[in-house]
Amino acid sequence: MQNRRETLRQSAVVAGLLASTGLFPQWAHAAFNKAAFETKTVLDAVKAYGPGSITESKDVTITGPDIAENGAVVPIGASTTLPGVKQLLLLVEKNPSTLVAMFNVTDSIDATIATRAKMGQSSDVFAVAIMADGRALFAKKEIKVTLGGCGG
Amino acid sequence: MADPMRIRAQASGDKATVRVLMSHEMESGQRRDANGKLVPAWHIAEVTAEHNGKVVMTAEWGPAVAKNPYLQFSVKGAKAGDKIAISWKDNRGDTRRDEATVS
Amino acid sequence: MKRILTLGALCLGVLSLPAWSQKTASQGIDEYRAMLQDGNPADLFEAKGEDLWKQRRGPKNATLEQCDLGKGPGVVKGVFVELPRYFADTRRVQDLESRLLTCMVTLQGFNGEEIAKTPFGRGEQNTLTALATWIAAESKNMRFNLPQGHQEERTFYELGKRMFFMRGGTHDFSCASCHGEEGKRIRLQDLPILTKNPGDGVGFAAWPAYRVSNGQMWGMQQRLNDCYRQQRFPYPGFGSDATVALSVYLGVNAKGAASVAPAIKR
Repeated sequence: MQNRRETLRQSAVVAGLLASTGLFPQWAHAAFNKAAFETKTVLDAVKAYGPGSITESKDVTITGPDIAENGAVVPIGASTTLPGVKQLLLLVEKNPSTLVAMFNVTDSIDATIATRAKMGQSSDVFAVAIMADGRALFAKKEIKVTLGGCGG
Repeated sequence: MADPMRIRAQASGDKATVRVLMSHEMESGQRRDANGKLVPAWHIAEVTAEHNGKVVMTAEWGPAVAKNPYLQFSVKGAKAGDKIAISWKDNRGDTRRDEATVS
Repeated sequence: MKRILTLGALCLGVLSLPAWSQKTASQGIDEYRAMLQDGNPADLFEAKGEDLWKQRRGPKNATLEQCDLGKGPGVVKGVFVELPRYFADTRRVQDLESRLLTCMVTLQGFNGEEIAKTPFGRGEQNTLTALATWIAAESKNMRFNLPQGHQEERTFYELGKRMFFMRGGTHDFSCASCHGEEGKRIRLQDLPILTKNPGDGVGFAAWPAYRVSNGQMWGMQQRLNDCYRQQRFPYPGFGSDATVALSVYLGVNAKGAASVAPAIKR
């Protein structure tokens, strides 16, 4: 008998796969994948979307500063030149919950997105590209979070 | 009703770069208030982008996205005069939708 | 304790590598700041400020469109870089925020004392901050040129100078303790020298600003009052002569510097 977690994960995977077929309208494509946003490791977060493993790849890029003056706002971006990417994920390994954001990539947009994340401490930051064939490819970089001063 | 977003969409070549600033507290759920109580998570959970009425991107966000979030992406084939619409829904069910014209 | 260790580890990490192979922490921070320039959440406050200027509000149900910020009723372009200045109708030297409050009182019928006592970030103080953000944006990249033609304006400059160097409070600090010399720094925060023109977009020319550390929009009034808090002084108070005088001193010193307000800061 599978436990609740496995059921959630499975249904999220199925929903995710269905959503990527484009059959589901806007808000109904899947319940917000809450399980993914509660995971504590990069691998677990990726597993919540289907793939069972992650592989480092030179064709995926993670952008961000080397040092963030303040962890409240850290600009990070994920991109890949590879065709056939279904999702781009941004993750901060040492955050209380690792997954920051998940973007569904369609043919109508470049596989490049940028946003800003909160970082609790210096950490590796990951960009993961989940491909149509089920592979999960990643790039990572370390971003140091400093303590700023009292002014500014 | 939440405050409006600022959407800038600029065409260059055969695509348009869209930059969005959203007004939202993005409470992480990790913070404690003056009485030591955890302030519950309150954040944008779902984002949708449309180009001339067609959905081109959807996203799911957790509470780790920064306050007053910024988002940037590029829409293929978008040209000056086209319409870009961004909508979001947060974990309390509040929503917001704004439109901009590609310049 | 943990925070100090983290910072210590960072310092060691940066120092232990040969200089040529690692960019300095300072360069790294500059890069971080550059990355934040595009997409400043201050834009959200700017938009709100513009709305509030044009909206009918207050007991008199009037807009602020007749407000005189120094260049005539309703003129907003270029006023930011000429404030503070003397106003004949109030017979006071006023900065942007205290002048906006004057207009909210005279044009819209708001209670000025109540708003002045309201803490930053609450109630109508948010209105003032948003308005100040928009009006500063209307002078973006223009160069500071505060008037000193009126005797009161010159008096306030001298008053501001004395306030700048006045030491007191539990730590015997003055503004000059942090901003009186070249090359001063608190941890990784550079402290601009404010006894002369510190350059474009620095010091007086960098506020109002959105502070990412707390996600708040701060006007010059909040910045000055908070400086006093950091010096362990009591708040001089919103729109007080003390804060206006300091603004005159800083603004006149910054003559010719380009304003980048509304800026984005740590």
